[in-house]
Amino acid sequence: MTRLARTFSELRRRGERALIPYLTAGDPSLAATRALLLEAARRGADVIELGIPFSDPLADGPVIQRASQRALASGVTLPQVLELVREVRGDVPIPIVFLTYYNPVHAFGLKAFAHAAVEAGVDGVIVADLPPEEAGPFETEARGAGLDLIHLVAPTSPPERMRLIGRRSRGFIYVVSLTGVTGARAMLPPDLVELLRQLRAVTTKPICVGFGISTPDQVAAVAPHADGVIVGSAIVSLVETHAGSDRLVPEVGAFIAALKAPLRRSK
Amino acid sequence: MKAARTRTPRLPDRHGHFGRFGGRFVPETLMAPLIELDRAYKAARRDRQFQRDLKALLIHYAGRPTPFYFARRLTERCGGARIYLKREDLCHTGAHKINNVLGQGLLAYRMGKRRVIAETGAGQHGVATATAAALFGLQCEVYMGSEDVERQSLNVFRMKLLGARVIPVDAGSRTLKDAINEALRDWVTNVRTTYYLLGSAMGPHPYPMMVREFHAVIGQEVKRQAREAFGRLPDYLVACVGGGSNAIGLFHPFIGDQKVRIVGVEAGGHGIGSGQHGASLSAGTVGVLHGSMSYVLQNDDGQIATAHSISAGLDYPGVGPEHSYYKETGRFEYSSVTDAEALEAFQALAQLEGIMPALESAHAVAHAMRLAPTLSHEQVIVMGLSGRGDKDVQVVARALQ
Repeated sequence: MTRLARTFSELRRRGERALIPYLTAGDPSLAATRALLLEAARRGADVIELGIPFSDPLADGPVIQRASQRALASGVTLPQVLELVREVRGDVPIPIVFLTYYNPVHAFGLKAFAHAAVEAGVDGVIVADLPPEEAGPFETEARGAGLDLIHLVAPTSPPERMRLIGRRSRGFIYVVSLTGVTGARAMLPPDLVELLRQLRAVTTKPICVGFGISTPDQVAAVAPHADGVIVGSAIVSLVETHAGSDRLVPEVGAFIAALKAPLRRSK
Repeated sequence: MKAARTRTPRLPDRHGHFGRFGGRFVPETLMAPLIELDRAYKAARRDRQFQRDLKALLIHYAGRPTPFYFARRLTERCGGARIYLKREDLCHTGAHKINNVLGQGLLAYRMGKRRVIAETGAGQHGVATATAAALFGLQCEVYMGSEDVERQSLNVFRMKLLGARVIPVDAGSRTLKDAINEALRDWVTNVRTTYYLLGSAMGPHPYPMMVREFHAVIGQEVKRQAREAFGRLPDYLVACVGGGSNAIGLFHPFIGDQKVRIVGVEAGGHGIGSGQHGASLSAGTVGVLHGSMSYVLQNDDGQIATAHSISAGLDYPGVGPEHSYYKETGRFEYSSVTDAEALEAFQALAQLEGIMPALESAHAVAHAMRLAPTLSHEQVIVMGLSGRGDKDVQVVARALQ
């Protein structure tokens, strides 16, 4: 059983939902990311989504765009992020998944990337611009290496695509809650529950929801309908606010604990 | 005598692949809309009424067919091959871009979308889109890198006069690449109501195919006009390549005509060796940018590089996937021209022919001037003069100071 499968089955047994915080690797520095990873795991994260910074993040809103720019400006590279995971793996028991765009993976080499990720201790990878139709070559290498390739479902995905994605996704299915880019929103999209119901009807795999979820109340609203909730921009905003300050790690830690609280209560 | 013509495979395949290039590398949110667009386009292509409407617009609105002009004094100056110009600069709005926007504008209207968005580099595609939006009564917003907004202020004003809203993009290199990112973000957000009117033969499928087909009228006219002018096909076709839309429109109808040599000219910027250029095919490597697999300027870590060209329309680190495919098969050749060479060619064409080319097109002029002296007077070069240079007068003035 993979680390991701163990995590979701254990959570299901306890009647809990997964909290999946997102961090951009190297924002504002790799040392800060390492401290934040340890703190997130300690304060209630069940899975960590680690973003590989990319020069042209077209699925991301301004907050994560700026984080990518800061990370790239500090000289962070993919091999360094792999090294970071290798270093913290012994101290972070929870699954770590990468969020990346396809070009850095392609440039690294599909097979080399899949093996390097698994060797470093990465459990899965989400590729924001790699739909199932184009994923064949990478999927082959990821399976060969034992890396879960996590596919995304969007509000625009018709039922036949939901089935396709449900079949192909490994580890969990990432549901993009809204038509748009990453970033906090005041309200959850009204059609989200229906989207999740439709997807649940065609798959038994864990379903995690991200995009636009930024407060404990929003987490609580999504929790009954999903196996996990992904929070990105709201955390990255906190990192931006407290970068370089002693408050960075405790502030982010406290926020993660607050986000996890509604997910501990069983349904 | 009929020239040798070989059958060429029908590309792209149904997933939008040109060999290993092209495809649809986009967020899942855009997959269903792209599949819908592909279906709507194919239905429109089969629809006689759509074809009649488009043809009428190309003739009576855009001013097609465009002239095919023998550049006598330029030819004499160069010595060697005769140079003909395909005068896309005489299209309505001053560049070839109108062919594509009339096609896609009609399609958007047919699909019931009442808001169109576009990206623009030099501003030519933005002006063309704003024009089509005015013509079809569509709401129009154009994303433009803030550096381009500055260096192409005339076109910004033209777009505003046409009723479009220009949105400056401050991210990244503040040029075309970033404008495309922002347009894609808008489309992901408003995909249910908005048509993304992409301006080059690039991006995810079906755009490279669709844009090529709307511009293929350029090459089809040249085929006829060449036979009328000198009784055979040309020996060389030369066109500038940024995303590659005017080039693929001129080249595509000739792909099967093996005797016609086809040359794309990229932006050499300060020189390929300087690292500051826009020559993805000459100096890039294979990667994924803006929805398709193609040649890309990038570093070893897969981060997209910043391009440079004096011409905003060629200031782009990627290129349409079909160009990558024909580069690899060897059917198309690629060369590059520096900023300085393009400026010289700009002046040469102005002074020898009374035609100010767009700085983009001046790259093709420069290559034709390099190529002609190596050939005999019996041979013919047809050069795609993709746009007129009025928009570049300020940039040229600054560069010449």
